[in-house]
Parts: sequence; C-alpha cells; structure tokens
Amino acid sequence: MAETKTELLSRSIFKRNPIALLVLGICSALAVTGQMNTALVMSICVTFVVSFSSLTISIVRYQIPNSVRIGIQITVIATLVIIVDQLLKAFLFDLSKQLSIYVGLIITNCIVMGRAEGFAMSNPPVPSFIDGIGNGMGYGFILMSVAFIRELLGSGSLFGYEVLQLTTNGGWYLRNSFLVLPASAFFLIALLIWLLRTIDPSQQEEN
Amino acid sequence: MAHYLDIIIRSIFLENLPLSFFLGMCTFLAISKQVKTAMGLGAAVLFIQAITVPINNLILNHLLKPGALAWAGQPDIDLTFLGLLTYIAIIAAVVQILEMVLDRFIPALYNTLGIFLPLLTVNCAILGGTLFMVERDYTFGESMAYGVGSGAGFFLAVVCLGGIRERLEYADAPAGLRGLGLTFITAGLMAIAFMGLAGMEI
Repeated sequence: MAETKTELLSRSIFKRNPIALLVLGICSALAVTGQMNTALVMSICVTFVVSFSSLTISIVRYQIPNSVRIGIQITVIATLVIIVDQLLKAFLFDLSKQLSIYVGLIITNCIVMGRAEGFAMSNPPVPSFIDGIGNGMGYGFILMSVAFIRELLGSGSLFGYEVLQLTTNGGWYLRNSFLVLPASAFFLIALLIWLLRTIDPSQQEEN
Repeated sequence: MAHYLDIIIRSIFLENLPLSFFLGMCTFLAISKQVKTAMGLGAAVLFIQAITVPINNLILNHLLKPGALAWAGQPDIDLTFLGLLTYIAIIAAVVQILEMVLDRFIPALYNTLGIFLPLLTVNCAILGGTLFMVERDYTFGESMAYGVGSGAGFFLAVVCLGGIRERLEYADAPAGLRGLGLTFITAGLMAIAFMGLAGMEI
C-alpha cells in the first residue's frame, strides 16, 4: 500500500471521518453524548471492537467462503461485543447501566461492519488493525466533541466535575436544559457536518 | 387490555425508536428521500419488528434465562451471556426465512419490501427493540405489543421525514448544509414535536 501507517490512522479521524462524511454509526453516536463519561467509555469500546474485529477477519480472510462472509463477520463482532459487555458489567457496573442497550448495539454499528467488509477483507492484518483504531478514534472524536458541548452547556460540568458553577448551587451559570434533551444532538451533528463540509467543499452534496 | 394499549401508544409516540433513542438512524436518514420508498422501509421494519421481538422473548424465557432450561433437566445453567449472539442470529434467520416465504407466496408484498429486508438484519432499530424488551423484562404478550408499537413508531417517523424531505428539495439551503445536514435539522425538529406528546398516558 502506498499509504504509510500514520496516514492510515489520521485520515479516518479527519479526512474520512466515518460519522461526519460517510454517515455511519450515527445511532449510538447521538444517544450516549449526554455526558463525557459515557461518551469516552463508548468510544473506547467501539475502538476495541473495530480494531480487533478487523484484525481477526483480516487474519482469516482467505479461509472465509464468500457466500457466508457476512455471517462470519457478525459472529466475530458479536463475540467481541459480548466480551466488552461482560467486562463493563464486571468492572464498571454503573456506567454499563447508563449505557444500557447501546453497548449491545455496537454489533449493528455500521462502522464495524463497514470496516470489516470494506477494508479488512482485502488488506493484511496490521494495516487493518491500524485502520480499525483510526476509525474508532474518528468516531470517538465526534462523540467527545458533541458530549463536550452538551455536558458543558447543558449541565455546567465536564466528566461530572462542575466547571461552570450553576445558579442552583449559588453560582452564575444558568444551565441550558435544551442540550440535555435528545433532540439537541441532532442539531449539534448538523452544525458539525456543516462546519466540516464548509472546510472541505468536495464533500458537499448536489441539490 | 389497557396495559397493552399503553405499551403500544408509548412506543409509537413517547419512546419513538429513531427520534428519541436514535435507533435505526442509518436507514432512517438514507432511505427517506421519497415518501414511497420510506413507506416500503417503514412497512418492512414494522413487519420484522412484530415478528422478531416476540420470538426473541420466547428464546430468552425458555432457553437463556437462569433456570430456563429446567425443562431439560438443567436448572442451574445461566446462558444470558449468549444473548447478543443469539438475538442477532435469530433476526438474521427470520429475515432470510421471511424473504423466501414472501417470494414464494406473496410476490406483491415481496416486490415492495424485498430490497429492504436484507438491510434490516444489521439494523439497530431491530436489535434495539429486542434489547429493550430484554432490559424491561416484558412478558410474551407485552413483547408482542412492544414489537408492533415500536415498528409502527418507526413507520410513522420515516414516512413523515420522507414527506418533509420531498418538499425540502426546492429549498435553497447553504451549500455545506445541503442533503445530510438539513435532514439532521429536520429530524431534530421532528424529535421536538414528538416530545410535545410527553406525559400522555392511558
């Protein structure tokens, strides 16, 4: 491959971000962005699942019969998600309750399937693994930016620590309760897409 | 009866899958350019949701739960950790069987739903419906009501969005916002509208 490993890693974070440009994996991206905590844990889980599923599938790519490849990919991904889910339940029980069904939904996250099918099936293990990490980080980047805005302006805190002192605690900041609602995530992603597409006009859609 | 009606109404309007839980977003955004295709997708989701949620409920209660295998003489086995893998396999199998059955016996319906069915195997809305059923510990009857309700909620949301997007074709949006960006803002406004129904109870 012509691309170096760093390029492979960085292009998925900025140039070809899976959420902003390819509209993949939006589902969970919006739902867990109410707090930085959940967004961070979710990004780590997704990065883990994407990178290791790409690695595994890339290792066995010559052994997978073409007609059942989707089934095999899903089995690999589901197994990894079960591992993540059990680990979270064992060590971070409170967070796993907050993430509720969204950890399980990593199985159907289009980024994971997309990378397995689009990259890992036709590339050697090491680049696939790096590509997986890159895509996971690109996903995390968007997730954390949205969560940063929502938690800072919606609850006046970051990672649960109070940054802007709220009026309810005798401070000066009146929290914007709209940003706590699910609907606000739609608008933030829209603004983010607008920003990225203004910076890079080649991504704009024709009317 | 009122209890089941409450589950249905609640899952259509208050806990709408795409608009308040962001489930099935990828297809929700991609296949809502026209009302006609949106209706096909919505009907396919409704159909599969109404079938898979009750089936997965049966699987959970009679095979996976701790003590569920008592009928096989194994009262101590807890297989809930296999849940995710089982549900996705069941969904894939149901979609495949449904496709073949429709193709053979109801070709007219197959032509409408056909292209959307394979897409729905890895749709978060379908798996999400099942996972909510597991998390809320529904009985078989409740899970049937939930399957129909949540599917109908998706149908309603995607058809509405399709209608709005057809009109938006003529809007003169800023270049960077065209297409995807504008769709997100529309979905956000719809989510707010659906929130107006909060507090409704039967």
